[in-house]
Amino acid sequence: MARIEAEVGKPQGGFMKWVDDRFPFTETMKAHVTEYYAAKSFNWWYVFGVLAMVVLVIQLVSGVFLTMSYKPAAADAFASVEYIMRDVEWGWLIRYIHSTGASFFFIVVYLHMFRAMLYGSYKKPRELIWIIGMLIFFVLMAEGFAGYLLPWGQMSYWGAQVIISLFGAIPGIGEALVEFIRGDYSISDITLNRFFALHVIVLPLSLIALVFVHIVALHHVGSNNPDGIEIKEHKGPDGVPLDGVPFHPHHTSKDLVAIIVFLMAFTGVVFFAPDMGGYFLEHANFEPANMTATPEHIAPVWYYTPYYAILRAVPSKLWGFILFAIAVVLPLFLPWLDRARVKSIRYRGWIYKSALGIFVVTFVTLGWLGMQPAEGVYVMGARIFSFIYFMFFLLMPYYTTIDKTKPVPDRVTYHG
Amino acid sequence: MDKSNKLRTVAAIAALFIAAEGYAAGGGGHLEPADIDPGNISSLQRGARNFMNYCAGCHSAQYVRFNTIGKHLELSEEQLISSLMFNADKTFETIQASMPAAEAARWYGTAPPDLSLMARAKGADYIYNFLKSFYLDPDSPTGVDNTVLPGTSMPHVLWELQGYQKGVFAEHHDGEITTLVFEHFEPATSGSMDAKDYDEFVRDTVNFLAYIAEPIRSDRRVIGTWVIIYLLVFFVIAVMLKKQIWKDVK
Repeated sequence: MARIEAEVGKPQGGFMKWVDDRFPFTETMKAHVTEYYAAKSFNWWYVFGVLAMVVLVIQLVSGVFLTMSYKPAAADAFASVEYIMRDVEWGWLIRYIHSTGASFFFIVVYLHMFRAMLYGSYKKPRELIWIIGMLIFFVLMAEGFAGYLLPWGQMSYWGAQVIISLFGAIPGIGEALVEFIRGDYSISDITLNRFFALHVIVLPLSLIALVFVHIVALHHVGSNNPDGIEIKEHKGPDGVPLDGVPFHPHHTSKDLVAIIVFLMAFTGVVFFAPDMGGYFLEHANFEPANMTATPEHIAPVWYYTPYYAILRAVPSKLWGFILFAIAVVLPLFLPWLDRARVKSIRYRGWIYKSALGIFVVTFVTLGWLGMQPAEGVYVMGARIFSFIYFMFFLLMPYYTTIDKTKPVPDRVTYHG
Repeated sequence: MDKSNKLRTVAAIAALFIAAEGYAAGGGGHLEPADIDPGNISSLQRGARNFMNYCAGCHSAQYVRFNTIGKHLELSEEQLISSLMFNADKTFETIQASMPAAEAARWYGTAPPDLSLMARAKGADYIYNFLKSFYLDPDSPTGVDNTVLPGTSMPHVLWELQGYQKGVFAEHHDGEITTLVFEHFEPATSGSMDAKDYDEFVRDTVNFLAYIAEPIRSDRRVIGTWVIIYLLVFFVIAVMLKKQIWKDVK
């Protein structure tokens, strides 16, 4: 402060100096943007983090505009969505952007998580980045769930009814907990109101805070790369990692290409197939919520169906709920379940490669099974694939130990 | 990823959109396709006329405004007022049923559902088949039942046009259980239209129902095409920018 006072009345070195004396703007930009070095060898798997940020912004902005016309009341909600779709100028576009964004959020986040599994990005020293990321995923699931009730269609209502009632399986406190969540004896106007509060305030704020922390942790340890080696171990005389390029302009220019490709897919859905054949907007949700008529087939939106399949695979409601919860939380422990000495799939043996391949097939199949009616062969299939899902994680400490790994190169592989 | 791989990915994504949009029209497993043409304005105009004459007596379309219909279906205000607005004064009004819902619920046991979104909820094929599948059933209070929605409380409103038809069922014996399996319809009385004209009549009506379920459908496709073209141009520029910035990275 003394220094600033001493210079009063003299030329100060421009506006940026004035700001930087009071706020570390240039320093922050350097540390996190123009002089944040990440490996030049990033492949296209590395764009999904940025894309997740893009979707987050899309959802926040479109969400604000929806909030201006939406009415969070059981009597008005469904009609207000149709009002947005038909009478609000460009309301249909805002609504389709938001509904499509929900699905794309999960597509992008699932691919982002898969990238981490491909290249061992959760391994030391990035365990906390992974854990924060998993917390983001949990909040995102809650955000999607709360948001899905708001249009107050048949699937909104009955989906929420089925999922919230799951908590009733918890011994002792179950029923009281269900009432606490709903705020009523059934899903009602009160439930809708509080889900609205969660969806537009509590959960998005948590998301933003967690994303911020996720990036702070990432920039502290530095980004992983497809070889799974630390670029910080080979620095030039200027202290810059030899295999790194600055986030801006190098990675941002690459990300821009990815963002445009992403937007083509995104607007392709928004303008040409906003329902995505009933997967992004379920047909039954075009009927207003009716507490006296249960739809013949209740299925959650596609991004929850892998876990929903696990839930239904178990005959006991309590154990179904427990396994469902474990299935969601289990990936959080990957940093300790994975005992391999190498990070990247490039230098792992056939065992992990096969296990990861089987896991992908299992997850997709569970997702498909979760959309089918819970009967006969589908339940049997769900049991088999649920078992494989759990075995992928539970046996991991064993098979990653015995898997033969290849020697990891000293420097990143880059072909220009 | 090499070039052919990239091409294959793009083709797969494009196919996915086309498949998804196609699927959206489908409702169930064994429905005859409605084969509607959303771009055919005269079909939509006929559908609007059919809807106001035969459906809107009992069914509302409470989210649909007359002036929106007029704009998309290329109808003047005079045409709107004279040919569609039988029980509305102002063109910004929405389509309300002539019959009060409470009365309707008393007469039919259930209030006739609002039809604004029926085509999105059930699919165009479903409604098309439903309107063609009424058959005589002496046990039903309305005198008819429907193979698409068995036990429906809706009477065969279009009987004057289609005539009544009989359902032919085959008996299947499985031990002690006998089930009736629908085989086909046979005309019982003739209506004012032949089968082909009736199909067209229903097709136009369903086309209109699909239109009111999502009035901006054709607009969004036009806008979307321009958005994609814009992004393609932007894509080329972004790739060039990326190459320029990365050219010295070895």
